[in-house]
Amino acid sequence: MADEKRYLFDQPRNVQRVLWTLYTCATVLLLLELVVHRHTEHPWEWLPGFYPAYGFIGCVVLVVAAKWLRRIIIRPEDYYQRGDLPRQPQSGVGPP
Amino acid sequence: MISLPPFVLFYLAAAAALLLRGTPRAVLLVATPLAGALNLWLLPADASVLLPFLETTLEPLRVDRLSQLFGYLFHLAALIGFVYALHVRDTLQHVSALLYVGSALGAVFAGDLLSFFLFWEAMAVSSVFLVWARGTPAAYSAGMRYLVIQVTSGLLLLVGLLLHWRVTGSLEFDSIGTGHVSGWLMLFALGLKAAFPLLHSWLIDAYPESTPTGTVFLSAFTTKVAIYALARGFPGTELLVYAGVTMACFPIYMAVVENDLRRVLAYSLVNQLGFMVVGIGIGTELAINGAVAHAFTDVIFKGLLFMAMGAVLYRTGKINGSELGGLYKTMPKTTVLCIIGAASISAFPLFSGFVSKSMIMSAALKDGYDGAWLLLLFASAGVFHHAGIKIPYFAFFAHDSGIRTSDPPGNMLLAMLIAALLCIGIGVFPGMLYRALPFDVAYTPYDVTHVLTQLQLLVFSALAFVWLNKRGIYPPELNAVHLDVDWTYRRLLPRLAGPLFGAVAAADRGLRSLGGRAVTGVVAVARDLGSAGGVLSRQVGTGTMVTWVTLLLAIYLLLSFL
Repeated sequence: MADEKRYLFDQPRNVQRVLWTLYTCATVLLLLELVVHRHTEHPWEWLPGFYPAYGFIGCVVLVVAAKWLRRIIIRPEDYYQRGDLPRQPQSGVGPP
Repeated sequence: MISLPPFVLFYLAAAAALLLRGTPRAVLLVATPLAGALNLWLLPADASVLLPFLETTLEPLRVDRLSQLFGYLFHLAALIGFVYALHVRDTLQHVSALLYVGSALGAVFAGDLLSFFLFWEAMAVSSVFLVWARGTPAAYSAGMRYLVIQVTSGLLLLVGLLLHWRVTGSLEFDSIGTGHVSGWLMLFALGLKAAFPLLHSWLIDAYPESTPTGTVFLSAFTTKVAIYALARGFPGTELLVYAGVTMACFPIYMAVVENDLRRVLAYSLVNQLGFMVVGIGIGTELAINGAVAHAFTDVIFKGLLFMAMGAVLYRTGKINGSELGGLYKTMPKTTVLCIIGAASISAFPLFSGFVSKSMIMSAALKDGYDGAWLLLLFASAGVFHHAGIKIPYFAFFAHDSGIRTSDPPGNMLLAMLIAALLCIGIGVFPGMLYRALPFDVAYTPYDVTHVLTQLQLLVFSALAFVWLNKRGIYPPELNAVHLDVDWTYRRLLPRLAGPLFGAVAAADRGLRSLGGRAVTGVVAVARDLGSAGGVLSRQVGTGTMVTWVTLLLAIYLLLSFL
């Protein structure tokens, strides 16, 4: 639409900027681990990159499992409406 | 200065709200939580009211550190909720919200189980009107199911407390434990309202059906009173750790695929309750503090998210992720406020969720619940994924839905602003909240390791979201129903019970027609006898009667001689 105002993320360049900021943050955080001394309590925590890997893999597993779960539990939008709601009187059939 | 039990003020305000209209009522709605907070501040720190009852003593008011913190929290939530609802012109919603808040306050300040039970039931009855206020057939039936389950919880509590009374001879509400069946009954009752695994579906079912403003109230009180009661009655019950971990992990799967964004928030509400329940289950001072602190921050950031989604629903009339998107263009303020709520629930450093959730995580590690800790860490990443990213992304960004609207009315924005400022304020200065917690525990959330690891976890979760979206793996938002446990009582049980009810109905019909035929027969005989020419309607002269009386007297005379 030519007459409509252009908003911030209508420019693909701005979306790319957000993504590159995210990638930079991720890299910096990963590198910081080499510099900062971490005190750890759990046996797995000392593993290099434990938290980043856990966060990334955890979310991928979450989404893939959720997609699989959805196949079992998904129903049409009006699934419950068919029985729960009081029946609407059909036009022309009800009492005058 | 006389100070009242906190609930009295709200009950009086509910009565006054019935009589007032327009601006005076708006003033009343905002003034009540403020006056209530002042009243609570004036109450002595160990205030108590005792009432002799039968052979025991009731304590309708007992103030201690735990109840005080929840008391302030509820006043704060009520203030935010009423500011958010100022534009609403609905007496039913205003009055029931006032009664609901009053009952929640009554429950957290109840020193004995019977008073607690009365307020527990009052909460159920007053809150259901907030669901019904939506006025849709779906809200009506969801409200009915909600009411049945809430009242069931109350009945279980009543039976439990009566047994408890008989066994211990006391009704005092302190640590109960699961040593006796009464304890289990009460734990089950509390678990129903705290949305334990498999008992949670009423929340998912009813909360998203309420009005935009009603859900904000609902999300703040019922479940938090249950958390309060668990913290008082069942601290250190190990079962709660496992229940809590399940609650924290399972709903996030449902939240990822759910389309109704307020239903997504309801799932994430259960997920956050899971963290609190784990804290109570661990039962150390740090863990209980963490659970209570998390309840405090959760009411505010979850309220903020529900308010942001309420604003979207209010402005666009839509709440499904599949129908929204691109709203940042015309609702920029709501977008920013929603992102603050999302950052808080995701526990970003400098936001409120960070300072409360980390206490529970630390307590889990310190007490050797390593498995629980790992699962909670997964749940933390999952929260960010479904609540932190999904909610703002699908509502305000994603594909442009073409909807052009505007930010909501000033009062809604103000309420969200108050909540957002509190989210940041608590996150930056956690000391105030920490000092108000039930136990004095020194805890520093901000150390280098903790901030770094949390940021790594969150940023890489975000990276996973981006990657999944770019690869097209991320499940699209679909207009569909996703089944949950409520399917068992909405579909399975009716289906199983159908033949049984059919048989009962057939037997009933048979008996009725038998009875009907018998009655018809008797009536027909009576009509025969009574009809013209029948035995009972024959005309007889007085002479005949005198003859018969004489005859009877003669027989009587004869008999007396025998």
